[in-house]
Amino acid sequence: MSIAGAEFVRPVPVDPQALALCAVGVHKSFRERESGEHQWRRVDAVSGIDLAVPRGEILGILGPNGSGKSTLIRILATLLVPDRGSVEVFGYDIGRHRLLVRRLINRVSVEASFFKKLTAEENLAYATGLYGVPNRQAQAMAREILERLGMPAKKLRVPLEQLSRGQQQKVAIARALLTSPTLMLLDEPTTGLDPKSRREVQQFILDVRQRHDATIVICTHDMDEAERLCDRVAIINRGRFEAVGPPQELKARHGATMEAVFFTLIGESTAEER
Amino acid sequence: MFWFYNVINTLTIGLIGFSMPAGPARNRMVLYLAIGALLWNFLSILFQEVSTSVQWERWEGTIEYSFMAPIRRVTYLGGVCAWAVLYGLVRTVVILIAVAFFFHINLAGADLAGAAMVLVASSVPFIGLGLVAAVLPLLSTERGAQATQVIQGVLLLVSGVYYPVRVLPEWIRWAAVLSPATYTLDAVRKALLSGASVTSLFGVSLGLLASGVVLIPLGLGIFTLAERHAMRTGSLKRNG
Repeated sequence: MSIAGAEFVRPVPVDPQALALCAVGVHKSFRERESGEHQWRRVDAVSGIDLAVPRGEILGILGPNGSGKSTLIRILATLLVPDRGSVEVFGYDIGRHRLLVRRLINRVSVEASFFKKLTAEENLAYATGLYGVPNRQAQAMAREILERLGMPAKKLRVPLEQLSRGQQQKVAIARALLTSPTLMLLDEPTTGLDPKSRREVQQFILDVRQRHDATIVICTHDMDEAERLCDRVAIINRGRFEAVGPPQELKARHGATMEAVFFTLIGESTAEER
Repeated sequence: MFWFYNVINTLTIGLIGFSMPAGPARNRMVLYLAIGALLWNFLSILFQEVSTSVQWERWEGTIEYSFMAPIRRVTYLGGVCAWAVLYGLVRTVVILIAVAFFFHINLAGADLAGAAMVLVASSVPFIGLGLVAAVLPLLSTERGAQATQVIQGVLLLVSGVYYPVRVLPEWIRWAAVLSPATYTLDAVRKALLSGASVTSLFGVSLGLLASGVVLIPLGLGIFTLAERHAMRTGSLKRNG
């Protein structure tokens, strides 16, 4: 499979030896209103994350709700400025070389955000246009990607509001891939999908890594998904990595299954304490 | 539907002039009001369209994807402004055709070139104002849109859209001096009602362009600051 946008998105010189992603001491906190009060408190969303992801790796980030997964993805996607620490994508600092980094990355979020009244075709034309990918090529490739994801191409002409959540998520994956990202940031891309769609998306992620030499960071709640897709899994809790390693290694250390690993490291009563 | 409303609204405002006794004064009043309605339609589109685009993107959650694209913010906003100018021109021309057909307007003594020159020059400061207004929905999706309406309402009140600025109460008249719409309306009316030439309107046009040269970088600067603020506080996100 070729990647549609590759020849159109201006290439960024990348050192083949550079890490796809290198984060050092990343902190991010937000001001939050105390419930029902006029007082504010600071909440640490990400606390001292260090991360080194080699090119071609699929790194899974597993954690409960509110553990900092999406905040971390937004920082890596240049949408949030960390309070402290540094992040480099293929050797480019995300603060100083923001535009270069943006040519190397794309993101799929848990909410497939689109202009809901517009068709998938129109949404993709707008999104890929921002990257300079000609519409005709983008549409042709979108059809190919969506068919691989088990979605009929005729759905491209249907307003997004009439597509199911799973179909919207598949269009979101196509949107991200059409800009030829070298680093894909997937924030719970399979949440809410039926088992068949989930399996199709997972297989597609593996294909993209294999054929496109992409590096993938994927946040998920799904233990099986993490084990199936990821070379390494990072367990995040309260903004910190509790453990990082290949699934087999984590299981050898912390439990027989990924679920056991998760509960050993996170604790059964942790979810959404904050 | 909205275009239909705009046409009807402009015709309704023009018809107010028909309450005067028939004669040249009535024709002048009808044209005076129609010019106000047409120009306000054009200028408010320029002002509103930029902030509406930002508001819509925030509402749908697509703004994170647009802002993640590898393009400079000035390019993104330039595209939105170009669309606003094109859309504003087309919509105004459609209304103009309806007005001309309905009122049988005679523009024999008008200087159309002078009016066009002022109109083009006035687009520049209004795009600048639009950029400033676009900051509001960037900071707050719901309240930002409401604040934009407030600014637009104040401009409508003080700029002499349907009446001369001199009829405003003294305590608010000073605000008319700050609005680019005041000069635009005054100059276009001079061109269409009194046949003021391109040469005589050159100074006003230059003044409007100069205010745009200040307002556009100001708008871009404020927008950039607001974007940085949103990227520090995480307020760009809609969900998740």
